[in-house]
Amino acid sequence: MSEMAYWEAIRRAHDEELANDTKVIVMGEDIGIAGGTYKATSGLYQKYGDKRIIDTPISENSYVGIGIGASMAGLRPIIEIMSINFALLALDTLINAAAKIRYMSGGRVSCPIVMRTPGGTAHQLAAQHSARLARMFMSTSGLRVVTPRGPLDAYGMLKSAVRCNDPVIMIEHESMYNMRGEVPDTETFRPLEGAEVVREGHDITLVGYNYSVHLCLAAAERLAKDGVSAEVIDLRALKPIDRETIRRSVEKTHRMLVAEEDEAAVGVGSEIISVVIEECFFALDAQPMRVHAADVPVPYNRSLERAAIPDVEDVYRGALNVLGRL
Amino acid sequence: MNAADQKRLLREMIFYRRFEERCFEAYMERKIGGFLHLYSGQEAIATGVLEVARPGHDYVISGYRDHIHAIKAGAPAREVMAELYGKETGSSRGRGGSMHIFDPTVRFMGGYALVGQPFPLAAGLALASQYQGTDQIAICFLGDGANNQGTFHETMNMASLWKLPVLFVCENNLYAIGTRIDRSTAVVDQYKRTCGYNVPSSQHDGQDIEVVMEAARNAVDHVRAGKGPYFIEFLTYRTRGHSMSDSNAYRSKEEEQQWAARDPILIYSKRLKQKKILTEEGIRDIERSVQEEIESDVVKFAEESPEPRVEDLTRYCLEERDPRWVGPLQQGARHE
Ligand SMILES: Cc1ncc(C[n+]2csc(CCOP(=O)(O)OP(=O)(O)O)c2C)c(N)n1
Ligand SMILES: [Mg+2]
Repeated sequence: MSEMAYWEAIRRAHDEELANDTKVIVMGEDIGIAGGTYKATSGLYQKYGDKRIIDTPISENSYVGIGIGASMAGLRPIIEIMSINFALLALDTLINAAAKIRYMSGGRVSCPIVMRTPGGTAHQLAAQHSARLARMFMSTSGLRVVTPRGPLDAYGMLKSAVRCNDPVIMIEHESMYNMRGEVPDTETFRPLEGAEVVREGHDITLVGYNYSVHLCLAAAERLAKDGVSAEVIDLRALKPIDRETIRRSVEKTHRMLVAEEDEAAVGVGSEIISVVIEECFFALDAQPMRVHAADVPVPYNRSLERAAIPDVEDVYRGALNVLGRL
Repeated sequence: MNAADQKRLLREMIFYRRFEERCFEAYMERKIGGFLHLYSGQEAIATGVLEVARPGHDYVISGYRDHIHAIKAGAPAREVMAELYGKETGSSRGRGGSMHIFDPTVRFMGGYALVGQPFPLAAGLALASQYQGTDQIAICFLGDGANNQGTFHETMNMASLWKLPVLFVCENNLYAIGTRIDRSTAVVDQYKRTCGYNVPSSQHDGQDIEVVMEAARNAVDHVRAGKGPYFIEFLTYRTRGHSMSDSNAYRSKEEEQQWAARDPILIYSKRLKQKKILTEEGIRDIERSVQEEIESDVVKFAEESPEPRVEDLTRYCLEERDPRWVGPLQQGARHE
């Protein structure tokens, strides 16, 4: 085991997959000579050269499209988009093409691309740099969506994503790149499906993904001081969603709160509440609830920004509310 | 141009430089947050182009490196600074920040973070002017990197086809963040890229404000005369990194020194001294008065202005309800 930062874990996965298979290439803006905005590809250009580590112009729809085209002919591109906001420019090629090519071809053509991008709010990056938008991808048939919460999954899921024959969207987080965690020294793969119980408890289930798992864990600590035993689930993948793990947990705790950083409408929270209602409605002792961002573009001003985005306090109070203790 | 105007232009450029450098300091003091992209080194372009256009009348739109375009277009510098401080008195009421300065009262229609996004918006502003038969033009300031977006090509085609009164100003500072232009762009001379759309274009030195004004005057005249869009490219260089987190490690010291010798303020100060319009002491006076204005007016205003109220978080998200047009159906109402 070694401790490493989230960005280092991603860098290591790139490095190993590039070394393992010459069909793997990496594309994106400023990923080569500059080493990537979050350093996740640093040093790779020097090691693997400009045929495999491709600095692209600012042409998201088309370089993602080029990556998809190359994947149809056998390559395995890992495409970085600097921010999920910019991924909106590539939605046509991702959603109208990559997500549908396997199906439209009756399973005869596949698009084994990985698109990595950070979503989420950081520190006053304002309305056009703070989108979260996981919901846009998780509602598209034909994509896989993974949301690693820490270095181990970032490393192991990226490696699995590179080898998977489906288009995989890996959503990272602006505020997590320096987060540290243990990663095995030996090569490790982590599955692209399956939620994980990251803390066991029996009074309430807190569901999170990516950054919001950490809010749930911190809230669970506080709840423990109040004598409440909270179970925390990391969804890990938003598409497909692991309904079974959620069901088993809620059948045990009888209460559920889901925390998302995005606005509420048509999002992770509404989906998880539907899952709970469909899977185990009669196990519930209280109304399932969600904690989410305010219905507003993300403001620049620091206090407004904090008010717009859920924090540990919001998750903690949300849980007390589900528990009828507020 | 008379001596007073020449002195004023030099002062404006010195003011813009000091404004940006003061932002740098305020960022270091953590009074400004988020992404901050400074315009230092490129001042002659915004100053020269808008000098020969009609700020306040013409529409102006920009990317995220937008403070100086906004100020020269007529936005009060103190309100731009207040925006950077996230204050309620800021150009965008503290909601937008550095990358999203807006001042519709002077027709500065915003700074946008998504590279290439303003191209069609500018053409749309121009379409509205054409439609309404005004003599306003739209002026769009963007970097070299933006020309690799699809919006560049799609907009050039429509602007040309519909003869829209829009002036595209390309500030070619040779880099898009850390990627040098020849590594991202097949045709390095940006003005050549519009010929496939029949949009007239030209390339000029962006460091000499007199060259900028002369070239921009022709371009503005062309657009205002109803002859359709024009694309004007200026070669320039930013003295600082792309944003505050950028160290410029990808640029050579020699290259930076070469461009430092072509600093727009340096070039124009020298010229005005040669022409005996200003003395060295006169320039020092300007610097002192700029410094004084920025501290005692611009920064003071930003510092002393109130923060937005947290209760107003969702304000400005949609228009405040006008019961004539919005609101629920009355209980039991039916659509016939
Ligand atoms: C659609 C989109 N893709 C990527 C980015 C990230 N990004 C911000 S600025 C920039 C470089 C733009 O360079 P250029 O147009 O030359 O303008 P300059 O910064 O040099 O003024 C990039 C890639 C973005 N903001 N928007
Ligand atoms: Mg540039």
